Amino acid sequence: MANEVIFKNRDLDNLWDIEQYRSRGGYEILTRILTEKTPPAEIIDGMKTSGLRGRGGAGFPTGLKWSFINRSAPGDKYLVCNSDEGEPGTFKDRDILRYNPHALVEGMLIASYVIDAHRAYNYIRGEFWEPYERFQNAIDQARAAGFVGKNILGSGFDCELNVHLGGGAYVCGEETALLESIEGKKGQPRYKPPFPAHVGLYGCPTVINNTETLASVPTILREGAERFRDIGVENSGGSKLFSISGHVKNPGVFELPMGTPFSELFELAGGMRDGSKIKAVIPGGSSSPVIPGEIMMDLTMDYDAIAKAGSMLGSGAVIVMDESTCMVKVLDRMGYFYHEESCGQCTPCREGTGWLYRIVHRIENGQGRPEDIDLLMDVQNRIRGKTICALGDAAAMPVAGMLRYYQDEFQYHIDHKKCMAGTGA
Amino acid sequence: MSEEKTITIEVDGQPLETKAGALLIDVTDAAGINIPRFCYHDKLSIAASCRMCLVEVAKVPKPIPACATQVMDGMVVQTRSPMALAAQKATMEFLLINHPLDCPVCDQGGECELQDVAMGYGSDVTRFVEGKRVIPENNIGPLIATDMTRCIHCTRCVRFGDEVAGMREMGATGRGEHMTIGTFVAHNINSELSGNVIDLCPVGALTSKPFQYRARAWELTRHTGVAPHDSVGSNIQIHTRRGEVMRVHPHSNDAINEVWLSDRDRFSYEGIKSEERLTQPLIKKDGEWVETSWEEALETAASGLREIASADADQIGTLVSPTATLEEIALAQKITEGLGSPNIDYRLRQEDFRGNSRAVPWLGQSIASLEDVDSALLIGSNIRKDQPLLAHRVRKAALKGAKIQLVNPLQLDLHFDAAQMVSDPAGMVRNLAAIAEAAGGSHHLTEQIEVTDEHKAVAEGLKCSKSTVILLGNIAQSHPDFTILYGLASVIAKAADASVGVIPMAANSVGAAVVGAIPNKGLNAHAMLENPRKGYLLLGIEPGLDINNPALARAAMSGAETVVAITAYRSPCLEETASVMLPMAAFGETSGSFVNAEGRWQSFSGTTGPAGESRPGWKILRVLGNLMDISGFDYSSSEEILDELRGAHGGELQVASLGAAKGKIRSAVTGLARIGETPIYAADALVRRATSLQETEEARDAAVARVNPSVAADAGLLDGEKVAVVQGEGRAEMVLKVDANIPDGCVWVPAAVPGSESLGDQFGELSLEKV
Repeated sequence: MANEVIFKNRDLDNLWDIEQYRSRGGYEILTRILTEKTPPAEIIDGMKTSGLRGRGGAGFPTGLKWSFINRSAPGDKYLVCNSDEGEPGTFKDRDILRYNPHALVEGMLIASYVIDAHRAYNYIRGEFWEPYERFQNAIDQARAAGFVGKNILGSGFDCELNVHLGGGAYVCGEETALLESIEGKKGQPRYKPPFPAHVGLYGCPTVINNTETLASVPTILREGAERFRDIGVENSGGSKLFSISGHVKNPGVFELPMGTPFSELFELAGGMRDGSKIKAVIPGGSSSPVIPGEIMMDLTMDYDAIAKAGSMLGSGAVIVMDESTCMVKVLDRMGYFYHEESCGQCTPCREGTGWLYRIVHRIENGQGRPEDIDLLMDVQNRIRGKTICALGDAAAMPVAGMLRYYQDEFQYHIDHKKCMAGTGA
Repeated sequence: MSEEKTITIEVDGQPLETKAGALLIDVTDAAGINIPRFCYHDKLSIAASCRMCLVEVAKVPKPIPACATQVMDGMVVQTRSPMALAAQKATMEFLLINHPLDCPVCDQGGECELQDVAMGYGSDVTRFVEGKRVIPENNIGPLIATDMTRCIHCTRCVRFGDEVAGMREMGATGRGEHMTIGTFVAHNINSELSGNVIDLCPVGALTSKPFQYRARAWELTRHTGVAPHDSVGSNIQIHTRRGEVMRVHPHSNDAINEVWLSDRDRFSYEGIKSEERLTQPLIKKDGEWVETSWEEALETAASGLREIASADADQIGTLVSPTATLEEIALAQKITEGLGSPNIDYRLRQEDFRGNSRAVPWLGQSIASLEDVDSALLIGSNIRKDQPLLAHRVRKAALKGAKIQLVNPLQLDLHFDAAQMVSDPAGMVRNLAAIAEAAGGSHHLTEQIEVTDEHKAVAEGLKCSKSTVILLGNIAQSHPDFTILYGLASVIAKAADASVGVIPMAANSVGAAVVGAIPNKGLNAHAMLENPRKGYLLLGIEPGLDINNPALARAAMSGAETVVAITAYRSPCLEETASVMLPMAAFGETSGSFVNAEGRWQSFSGTTGPAGESRPGWKILRVLGNLMDISGFDYSSSEEILDELRGAHGGELQVASLGAAKGKIRSAVTGLARIGETPIYAADALVRRATSLQETEEARDAAVARVNPSVAADAGLLDGEKVAVVQGEGRAEMVLKVDANIPDGCVWVPAAVPGSESLGDQFGELSLEKV
């Protein structure tokens, strides 16, 4: 059941080439939609049926998001693809851009058609040079084949695709910061409401979808929304890319049906590296709370199961840690990341992320104080739910997660000025 | 959502009626419910970033910012519920962790929003034990002191620059904790409205440099007043301590200055304490200035003028500054009349009096309504520098889509989109005549006018608008063809169904006209100098700097028998020309009234005692009147004078008719034409002595001669070179600046700056010589 959607054609050579993509039905559904002038509402219904939820991390139903756009509103509308993939642990979109860029091009064109956008942007993470070239090449090929530009396939529908390379700020993965960045401003999230569906790029109605989400669209529509939905489980339709990394033998990107047991994904990644035992798993990127290995082994990889265990499926970035891992050091490193990546706009995140990092860093370096655990809990709580965007929550949640399961390690660090795990201070 | 619909919300159990779509924080503010905030400001866009105004709204799981929340019918809000308080206290703690807690040495102490809110929401102990953030010092000019370590990143200053000042001079660089508010690259803040960031800054990050460490907020007594420079008549608060003016703040008045103040109005108070203040009466004895008693000085002044008047009253000429108060001007007028002379004028910078009108030049509409026009034609106006807050209104109109067009003798650096038609001074008249023709009007100029597509476009822009205003600014009023410009403006206004008005130059230009400081059958300001009088009465004037043709003024006065100067300053050009100097109270030291551009009468009280032996101008004039045995000088307060003036002149202003579209263009020259603008910080005696303003780049760059590259090349002159500006008998050495904004055939040589005293008319022929 693996590789049903995004990586369906992975057996082909040069599968990023348009001819290869078309040899397996690529651009057929776009052609059909444009020539038959399929009513957008029908496509949206299909997307709703498929159960596809945003693959960037928040899991918002894609069909519903598209339905928010008022097609008949005067003025421009925009589609934006978020390929800023910056969540630590996530590296799936990079592979889509490298190995199946045409699925994304086709998905972006279909989505643009649905919302009546005549210009779509793909915001690609600045460090992704090779994926950027692949994707740009795919646009060029698609344009040469008549799928991009004016009057596509004689349908009267115009759509330009543009690539915008980011400058390396994590916060630009937040959709409204991303819009600011495309507009040439400092990447800072906007206060919502208004949401991008009403006031988005250049003040126009805008849909922002993740790369994986959009790349799934052609297959869903070509092969049937029900088929896609049935790959997954209830509330988590379809298949999903999981980026698995850490102390596993065979880290990489795997496409699996939603609801696949973690143990299967773990096996595909070759299990733990030699001689080590699983300790903990971060199931959905660095902002999702950590889950102990033994709990994780009994979970399935879908939105509900992971949420029930107190974490998030997020972007499907699974970080596996073995017993030698010092959780204080892990949180120290993550705290540093969020402290560096906070945009600085709103107070709790600007000031709080630095404070969290300093407390954890102090504990890690044997200078913890008895009150620090309470302080950490309180500071993370004071950030959560009070910021303009989710970065504050993303910085706070891992702290609560770590303290939920590994408070003893923090206490040990504070009491003994050293680490109880195999490595670290 | 209907904006007009009235809805009911509940805040802290109290039902509040309001309009749908209003911001929650505005609704609670109006109801007197206090929600703490830092980034919110009702004149700026919403940032929602400080997170201090988080409140609990029923059915919303998280606390939300009141500043960014539109009210909806039935909304139930709690501003002090456990959830709301926890959120507010959380924000407060975060704001304080990196903020220095050294309020006793901070200049904002006592008037700091952070300090105030911390009293209510802060903790008495800090849990933050790490080192605090420190930001290196940076110097952003002579007006604003920075201490960015205290910055709480509310971005009010950034938004102000972007949204109000129209110059993005400040911004945030860096991310997260490293985010710093600054000027991107090191430079001074140069906006003419820059000082407003001092008021906007809720903490001690941006404070007033001239006021730095001079006084504590709680030591100051606040007096409301009226700003003494431009014709906006901005409402101000004069803050004094122990009889000394310490600083000036805006006093909010939405009809006039809103909450803003121009830098000129804010910082000019420094001029009060100038070393050149005249604090003792002086008389010239055998060519030497000697201090004397009031009795002797007044007697000398009165007898000098009376003697001349008794021989030939027409030999008396009175010139009053349009920055003098209504009461002072009225008494000067009364004295002149009492002496039997018809010669009085306040239009010191005007050269063209062919209109021969006693009409009151004013805006013709309210200041606030300027922001609602959808088309404007500004003739001879550097509005941004001459009237910063009128420019702000015009900018607001422009941002709303109004078409703003200008006819000027130089290209201006404006903070709004505008079409600028630039030509030499004579070309301005021709351009305007062509626009009048294109608009369907007619004129009777002595020469043929060519109408181009550009003129047609301007006319079209004026005609296809619903609300159009045509205004003549400072440059137009000093122009040798002011009356023709005015006449053409009226023709265009008629053809385009527009209103026409004059932007009065000074704080009391309108007042001076209203109370009759315009000659009826006597000599105007120019004629009084061209035909020298034997006696002059000068009220608040520096002849070398305040008059259109200073060379003419100095010559006329130097040859006079008696020149009585009622003045706050002992300036070199008065030492040269006057025979008696009577020390007058300066800004803040006297009560009085101004009439602003829209015809609004505004009175103010004195806030401190006059410096030294100086006296309020109206008292000096009262005694002079008495000494000259002129009746009707028995006032015991300035209010009495005002009451009398209100009775006589308090009616509504009528649209003025100040000229006609006919006659010969006088501004045409054969050589180079002078463009004699008055720079913003040279406009009057007070601002010329405001030390910090004089240190700004704006002031430092003012006293130069500017020509465009082709004029420079023709004259063989280089940028930065010293040149001699020769105008008639006058000669001034200035640094030459090559500036592409100056049209061909012209030299921008400012008036009212040091060196310009020997020059002639502000607009006239001149030549450049190598030095």
